[in-house]
Amino acid sequence: MEEIKKVVKEFLLREFLPGETPEELTDSTPLITGGILDSIATLKLVEFLENKYGFEFQPHEVDAEHLNTVLHIAKFVRSKR
Amino acid sequence: MGDRSRLHELLDHSASLWPERIAIEQPDNGSITYRELAGLADRMRDRLREMGLGPGDRVAIGMRKSIDAVAAIFGILKSGAAYVPLDPTAPAARSAYILNDCAVKAAVLEEGVAGRLLAELAKLGAAPPAIVLEGIGGGHGLGMFLQRENEKRPATRRENAAVSQDALAYILYTSGSTGKPKGVMLSHGNAATFVDWCSATFQPNESDRFSSHAPFHFDLSILDIFVSIKHGATLVLIGEETAKEPGRLAPLISEQRITIWYSTPSILSLLVQYGKLQRHDYSSLRLVLFAGEVFPVKHLRALKGLIPAPRYFNLYGPTETNVCTFYEIPAEIPQDRTEPSPIGRACSHCRLMVVNEEGREVAAGGEGELCVGGPAVMRGYWNLPEQTGQAFLLDRSGQRWYKTGDIVVKEADGNHLFIGRRDRMVKRRGYRVELGEIEAALYLNPAVQEAAAIGLHDEEQGVRIKAFLTCREGKRPSVIELKRFCVEHLPSYMIPDFFSFQNSLPKTSTDKLDYQRLKELD
Repeated sequence: MEEIKKVVKEFLLREFLPGETPEELTDSTPLITGGILDSIATLKLVEFLENKYGFEFQPHEVDAEHLNTVLHIAKFVRSKR
Repeated sequence: MGDRSRLHELLDHSASLWPERIAIEQPDNGSITYRELAGLADRMRDRLREMGLGPGDRVAIGMRKSIDAVAAIFGILKSGAAYVPLDPTAPAARSAYILNDCAVKAAVLEEGVAGRLLAELAKLGAAPPAIVLEGIGGGHGLGMFLQRENEKRPATRRENAAVSQDALAYILYTSGSTGKPKGVMLSHGNAATFVDWCSATFQPNESDRFSSHAPFHFDLSILDIFVSIKHGATLVLIGEETAKEPGRLAPLISEQRITIWYSTPSILSLLVQYGKLQRHDYSSLRLVLFAGEVFPVKHLRALKGLIPAPRYFNLYGPTETNVCTFYEIPAEIPQDRTEPSPIGRACSHCRLMVVNEEGREVAAGGEGELCVGGPAVMRGYWNLPEQTGQAFLLDRSGQRWYKTGDIVVKEADGNHLFIGRRDRMVKRRGYRVELGEIEAALYLNPAVQEAAAIGLHDEEQGVRIKAFLTCREGKRPSVIELKRFCVEHLPSYMIPDFFSFQNSLPKTSTDKLDYQRLKELD
C-alpha cells in the first residue's frame, strides 16, 4: 500500500505538479475536485496505472469516487491486484 | 405552422409531422416523443407567461444536460424570452456574475446548482425568481414542477409569443479579456440562417440520430439541438461525465447508432488515443463534424483510419457568427502532411473578407484578419457598447463585418488557412480562453503580487497554459493551493497547467508586461 502511494505521488508530481514541494502532496489532497487532475490528466493517470499494475479500469471506475486522492487510488489499485 | 424562421417553430413543425417519433433520447434516463416535447415546452411557456415573462426578457438555464433542459429552452423561446445557458460545472461566482450581468428575469435551475448560485447572487444584491427542479432527467423534473404549480394556480393556455426574426433568442457567454465573461447576443434569425445552411449542406432527415456532445452553453449545441429538431431526427444527449470519458463514449456512439457526430477535435483525439475504438461497430455513422480548434493531423488521420466510412468536415466560426467556413476532409490524408486542414471556404449564408491592419482587403494569397458579414453575425455583446463597436468593421457601403481576430491566408482555390490569433485569446479543448481572464482570477489571491499567463502550443497535446507569478514577501502558496484556488474562480478549462514563481516579471520599456520575454522564462 505504501509502495503504491509512493509510486502514484511520484507520477503526479512529475506529470502534473512540476515545481511543487513533494511534501505538499498528501494522501488526502483532493486531485480531481482540487483542479490537479482534469479530464485529460485523469486519462493519463489511468493509462499509467493500467500499464504499471497490469489491470484494466472499467469505464465507470474512471471518476472522483475512485481517483480523487492518493489514498483512494492506492486502495483501488490494491483491490484490483 | 408553415413559418419556421423562429427557432421554436422548428419544434412545432416537427411535432405536427412526426408526433410519435423520438425527439430526444437521454441514455439511461428515458426518451421523449415530439408530441410530448412540444407539450412540455408549451406548458413551460404558459407558466413563464403566467409569471409575467415574455418578449424582451432573459431566462437563465442552469442544469445538467437533460430532456428537462431542452424542454426548458423551447419553453423559454415560445414565451418570447431569450435563454441564457449556464455551465452547471462552473464556479457559482462566475455563473452569478453572468445572471446579474444580463439581468435575467428568472432562472430555471436544478437543485444541485441552485443553492450555491442563489447564495452568490444574493451577495450581488440580485434575487431573480428561481424555478428549482428536483430530480431532472427524462423531463420528469420539469413535468413535476409544472404540475405542482398548476395545482396551486393554473396557467392560462396561450399561443407562442409573436417575436420578430431580430428578437434575441439566446446569449452565450464567452471568456472576456477584461477578466469578466462577455455575452454574445444572437437572434432567431442569426441561428435560423445557420440551421438552414446545415440542412442544405448535410441533408439530415428524420431517421438521423444526432449526438449532443457539446454542453448547451457552447455554440456547437445550436447545430445539435435545432438542426436535429428541425428534421424530426433523434437527439441523443450525452451527459457531462460521459462526454469527457473516451472509455464510456466509444461504446455509446456505437450502441446509440449515432449517424451525425459533432464535437471539438479534443474529444475525438482522446477517443483515438484512449477509446479503444476498434472494439466497436460504427457502421451507422455517416457524418463526423468538428469545430472549435485545430485538429492535429496525426490524430485526424488515425481517426479516419479507424472509422473510414463517414464524411468528415472541419467547421470553423466564432460564437459571434457560428460556423462561417467549412472544409470537407479528403478521403486520403497524405502520410507526410503535418500541417492542419484548411478551415475552408465560406458557407453560403456568410460573406468573408480578409483585411490588413488598415482594414483594406488583401490580395489572394496574402495574410490578414478574417472578417465575416451576413445574416448570421451577432447583434453585439450584451451591455458592452464599446466592445461591440470595436468588434465590427464598417465598409464604405455601411455593411457590418465582424472582425474574428483570427489571422488567415486565403488560398487561390478559395480555401482559407488558419494562421493564428491577433490577440491574447487561446483555444483550449475548443473553448475560448482569454489569458487576461485567468490573470484577473489569479490577482484575486491575496498572496499574488503579479500574474501573467501564456498559452503553450503543442502539436500533440494542444494548448497548455502556464502562469507566471510573483508573490508578496514570504507568502508563496503551493502549486496545489493555487490549483484549488483556481477551481473556485475559473471553469476547469481555464486552470493553468503550470505555475512558475519568479522574483519579478519582465517588463517592456513602457513598463508593460513583456510577454515575448516571458515565453523564454522557465
